[in-house]
Amino acid sequence: MSTGNMNLTLKVWRQKNNKTAGALVDYKVTDISPDMSFLEMFDVLNEQLINKGEEPVVFDHDCREGICGMCSMFINGRPHGPKDLVTTCQLHMRSFKDGDTIVVEPWRAAAFPVVKDLAVDRSAFDRVIAAGGFISVNTGNAQDANSLPIPKMQADAAFEAAACIGCGACVATCKNASAMLFVSAKISQLALLPQGQPERYRRVQSMVAQMDSEGFGNCTNTGACEAECPKGISLENIARMNRDFASAKFISEETV
Amino acid sequence: MSDINSNIPEGELTQKWTKFKSSVALVNPSNKRSIEVIVVGSGLAGASAAATLAEMGYKVKCFCFQDSPRRAHSIAAQGGINAAKNYQNDGDSTYRLFYDTIKGGDYRAREANVHRLAEVSTNIIDQCVAQGVPLAREYGGLLDNRSFGGTQVQRTFYAAGQTGQQLLLGAYSALERQIGMGKVEMYTRHEMLEVVKIDGKARGIIARNLITGQLERHFGHAVVLGTGGYGNVFYLSTNAMGSNVTAAWKAHKQGAYFANPCYTQIHPTCIPVSGDHQSKLTLMSESLRNDGRIWVPKKKDDNRKPTDIPEDERDYYLERRYPAFGNLVPRDVASRAAKERCDAGYGVGASKLAVYLDFKANTERYGKIEASKAGNHNPDKETCMRLGTAVIKEKYGNLFDMYAQITGENPYETPMRIYPAVHYTMGGLWVDYNLMTSVPGLYCTGEANFSDHGANRLGASALMQGLADGYFVLPYTIGAYLSKEISVKAIPTDHPAFVEAEAKAKGILDTLINIKGTKSVDHFHKRLGLIMWDKCGMSRSEQGLKQAIEEIRALRAEFWRDVRVPGTSDELNTELEKAGRVADFIELGELMCIDALNRNESCGGHFREEYQTEEGEALRDDVNYAYVAAWEFKEGVNFELHKEELKFENIKVAQRSYK
Repeated sequence: MSTGNMNLTLKVWRQKNNKTAGALVDYKVTDISPDMSFLEMFDVLNEQLINKGEEPVVFDHDCREGICGMCSMFINGRPHGPKDLVTTCQLHMRSFKDGDTIVVEPWRAAAFPVVKDLAVDRSAFDRVIAAGGFISVNTGNAQDANSLPIPKMQADAAFEAAACIGCGACVATCKNASAMLFVSAKISQLALLPQGQPERYRRVQSMVAQMDSEGFGNCTNTGACEAECPKGISLENIARMNRDFASAKFISEETV
Repeated sequence: MSDINSNIPEGELTQKWTKFKSSVALVNPSNKRSIEVIVVGSGLAGASAAATLAEMGYKVKCFCFQDSPRRAHSIAAQGGINAAKNYQNDGDSTYRLFYDTIKGGDYRAREANVHRLAEVSTNIIDQCVAQGVPLAREYGGLLDNRSFGGTQVQRTFYAAGQTGQQLLLGAYSALERQIGMGKVEMYTRHEMLEVVKIDGKARGIIARNLITGQLERHFGHAVVLGTGGYGNVFYLSTNAMGSNVTAAWKAHKQGAYFANPCYTQIHPTCIPVSGDHQSKLTLMSESLRNDGRIWVPKKKDDNRKPTDIPEDERDYYLERRYPAFGNLVPRDVASRAAKERCDAGYGVGASKLAVYLDFKANTERYGKIEASKAGNHNPDKETCMRLGTAVIKEKYGNLFDMYAQITGENPYETPMRIYPAVHYTMGGLWVDYNLMTSVPGLYCTGEANFSDHGANRLGASALMQGLADGYFVLPYTIGAYLSKEISVKAIPTDHPAFVEAEAKAKGILDTLINIKGTKSVDHFHKRLGLIMWDKCGMSRSEQGLKQAIEEIRALRAEFWRDVRVPGTSDELNTELEKAGRVADFIELGELMCIDALNRNESCGGHFREEYQTEEGEALRDDVNYAYVAAWEFKEGVNFELHKEELKFENIKVAQRSYK
């Protein structure tokens, strides 16, 4: 059972709600173990604040095993912190050094307003999915699963796109706050599968329209989203989405 | 001896569900439009039910406490989902899935429910593939399967180590489609705090908007709870931090019986605790037991590196004790065997509370196959390990990465250290065959109910049950109730029952805020967890349980005297949310101990030290305990036992053997 000996300075964004201004506030935490996750370090901070009679820092988190996509801290200028391919909850304190100062901010994007402290509202993502991120099949309509063979390469590619956890790191890191990586991952997953073909072009048009109306920016191909994505979602998905979006314009009205 | 009616249809087991479906009353489409259903929870069981009910034409409101329905903890399920497809031509059938589940549950589940589950299991796979869920495939383009514990066939469908994620995103997309069409109203960041009952029937809920703190009243002709399990009563578990029992517990306090609360599943393969700071435990999927061999050193306190311990000085204790099933024995058996070895002094790692899960033998075997495919029939060891590692990486890459990230060790080079941890709860709200609780109009689906897994759930069966309930069972069975409710107009929420329920919820929130004590919510939660783990965990005894009940009662009193909840109730206040949940966990913890104390036998996940065979296996008492213990909440915090007798007409009840 390791008790730690790291002492850290935290600069944490505090903001009461979306109507008030926020600011960075300094905190010290001591005796941090390198085996703690970043969020467990925040648990220590919050316990300390509660014991002092102050309000703890609000942050989103749930599964703490890197899959639910709820945690969302912007750490030292990078979404989910300094390590590639991990979420904040899977970032461990051994990635930091004793004496470090760590700046922690919420995701910043017009489409993701701050709810409180480090928690933001990502419901725009749900609305983009509701606009077309599905295959229109009611329960009970399915044929036998193996009546539709799908080449393994294609199925694997669809799976890789489907690995997106909807955390929003791509938006947070993008200088344009573009959601193209997120949106294109869902579009690709379904465009790569035979089940997704009937609605393929209609889907890309309605999801892109919803994405634009939510206030996300455009893509200028800097690739920060791919670099920061904790699940390694590829930029190729954006290219695929753009191709489908362009193709949709040339396809007859009935098909779209 | 039953004093409650499970409403199991008459007739032969294999025909019950078919007959039920063809004869259950229907609600015509124009009536469906004016019938409202509330679904609480958006995991596999909630999202699939909400989507399907909306597709059928009902007006649906769905609630989740997370910021999006896609975050529900079903998403974290790793290994797979069972279905009796027999795609592997290995002799699988509906009956075998039924049989394995009843046996795996140590003969403490209801035959009719489990058979129905096995029947609809195949529809789930079809439905998910139609939705575009990218399940793993073979090169021929057909679906792949793997093995899970407690079975001798390969019936588990999967999507790498992210099966739950992919299935949940399928259900989520079906739900979002209905939201987009205006057929489901979604309430995210809302927590249900009370069930509203009018004339004895569930007619709505009180929910707290977690951002504004406002309490809201919502009417429904029926209410469905798909709110997950209560494993977080142990503080440390593989559940998400927010997973809680509150919705189910509030329903319990409104008259819904709570069944078999002591049946908790301790999963054998989790990453061991690393320190006091630990906030949750991480599972390493059961699917790893396909390819990993579990062992401890034969010598006590052997401090050598695992890779330095030669083959003949290792004790592959599962293979030794259970030659027929080996590393694939059910979870309860594997967990107890690990505890037995560690308690006897053979544990490994700094805490000595861990065993090894070793992939070396299978890595080498896979490497040999790969080399042979490439024409090299006599590969050296290094080639085998290199090629085999690539195979292992494709199968379990994300799990290995997760292990490395959490422990700082490389599992491709050194065996994983694992130890059992709380993972799933088989107990839950009592439901009849229709998934209705003992409160008319209040339904319960998925892990939140008790119905299908008996005293121990088999791997890859939780996803199956959640989706079976939500897609294929509840949407039919709820018709039996709603068809009689078509003349009921929406009840205005200024009805006294809503006013009273809201006042009650507000009273609890105000009390919690006003205690202004000295200790944090987590402080109490951790203490509760320790009591539960020590005395109501992997093994239980009469004396320990009696002590635990006293300790929990004292803890409850202290909590209500000394908890500190900063902030106010009219804002986003995560400490207030946690406080309400921990208050409910404390009451539940007591009931779990009472139930464990009542059950003078060992079965599945419930192991009473007094009741074991000479070899240390669970010893059931079918004469006295072949019943579902359904507890009714009574004023104060008291509980009255009701019994539902379990009748086994199609399976011969036997001592479970995996030897």
